[in-house]
Amino acid sequence: MHPAISIQNISKHYGALQALNDVSLAIEQGEFFGLLGPNGAGKTTLISILAGLVRPDKGHAAILGADVQKSFRDARRMLGVVPQELVFDPFFTVRETLRFQSGYFGIRNNDAWIDEILSNLDLTAKAESNMRSLSGGMKRRVLVAQALVHRPPVIILDEPTAGVDVELRQSLWQFISRLNQDGHTIVLTTHYLEEAEALCQRIAMLKQGEIVALDTTANLLTRYGSVKKDGEGKTDLEDVFVNIMSGGAL
Amino acid sequence: MKHGLNRPPLEYGSGFPTLLYKEVKRFYKVAFQTVAAPVLTAVLYLMIFGHVLEGREVYGRLSYTAFLIPGLVMMSVLQNAFANTSSSLIQSKVTGNLVFVLLSPLSHFEFYAAYVLAAVFRGVVVGLGVFLITAWYGLPSLEYPLWILTFAFLGAAILGSLGLIAGIWADKYDQLAAFQNFIIMPATMLSGVFYSIHSLPPAWQVVSHFNPFFYMIDGFRYGFFGVSDNSPWSSLAIVACFFVVVSAIALRLLQKGYKLRH
Repeated sequence: MHPAISIQNISKHYGALQALNDVSLAIEQGEFFGLLGPNGAGKTTLISILAGLVRPDKGHAAILGADVQKSFRDARRMLGVVPQELVFDPFFTVRETLRFQSGYFGIRNNDAWIDEILSNLDLTAKAESNMRSLSGGMKRRVLVAQALVHRPPVIILDEPTAGVDVELRQSLWQFISRLNQDGHTIVLTTHYLEEAEALCQRIAMLKQGEIVALDTTANLLTRYGSVKKDGEGKTDLEDVFVNIMSGGAL
Repeated sequence: MKHGLNRPPLEYGSGFPTLLYKEVKRFYKVAFQTVAAPVLTAVLYLMIFGHVLEGREVYGRLSYTAFLIPGLVMMSVLQNAFANTSSSLIQSKVTGNLVFVLLSPLSHFEFYAAYVLAAVFRGVVVGLGVFLITAWYGLPSLEYPLWILTFAFLGAAILGSLGLIAGIWADKYDQLAAFQNFIIMPATMLSGVFYSIHSLPPAWQVVSHFNPFFYMIDGFRYGFFGVSDNSPWSSLAIVACFFVVVSAIALRLLQKGYKLRH
């Protein structure tokens, strides 16, 4: 059985900046996986390589065995990406946006699934609204809907809750968790570490383009259980993250 | 709720028809700006130049107004085909929503075909609008409709491809404006829309023969009157070669992901 995501010796530089340096990683099917790191660590570059938006200098990446460059059609059909930036096409309504996205994947007559996604993301009332008229949180939901419209088995969410209110954040995670229980592989990047701790079974931490920690969430917390500065209370992922980023790599 | 993986597998087709439809719908939603405005511009050209230069004859038998109408129609076709691809692409790049197309399994050929065919469609719709309005001033004859259609399609496809190249290359609106104002606009204005090149001094006649837009306009006009500055067959050969070259460049840029996939 192929891993959901396979990354082998990926390197990428932009001018003098080494964005990724010989990164290798395998994410198994059905995992809820966290990809964490400070700004500029290389998370978005890695996601962009998986999505085919960025070409690596060296190395290979595959989605469920399909190479993202050589078998790009298969790889992209099996991958849904929620981009970090709040981007939208101002010409169209929410429903048109989702129909177009479905059509780009060659899927027609997909309205039943589109209606379900709209319902689950509380977007039904906004289906005929122009994208320009939506609030930031609503636009974020549409981005999630666009990533799901072709029913991809692997879903990557690049900081999906940035600038989103608590209520939407919770309903979004409930929906994503249900997708994961249903068999979808979920990869998440976020700066809300309590979300990653609650949701992710396994976590990789990136720093300056290299993986500096990779383990189950429970193991990371156990291994760094003694680092709480005041010596009291439960260690959380934030403590682990700060410790690793300050040099205590595994 | 049953989520995606519990459902029957999807049947995938090509994303090309959807991208084509989206590109057509994009300009249709702002048709006042993308269709009506260029038609009005062409009519103003006809009113001004037709009035000032009426009384002149071209090719020894055509009124100046009759001569001008096909040129204005083709100029509108070309400029609007260029505007469609270039503006759509630069807007999508600047606003970032091009990512939705790039994340899809569309091939570079499907991407090219959808954008260029939408540009051809807009060019032909605007050209038809100009023709219908200007025909009120004197309906030109339609000697060889097949030549008209051939040059209209090839010319629009060439400018659609050039718009794609410009849209890919430009990072900012002013770069695109420079491409449009310093290359496309002079090439179309100096292509014989407003005059027969036989009325030019010999040196400028030679220069005009290096302008590929001249052959598009001249071949298109031949379809109306059966008379032109250049042989329609040699114009067709030159236009077809130009189409192959600009298409090859656009396809290569898309395949390489130049300024699109980093």
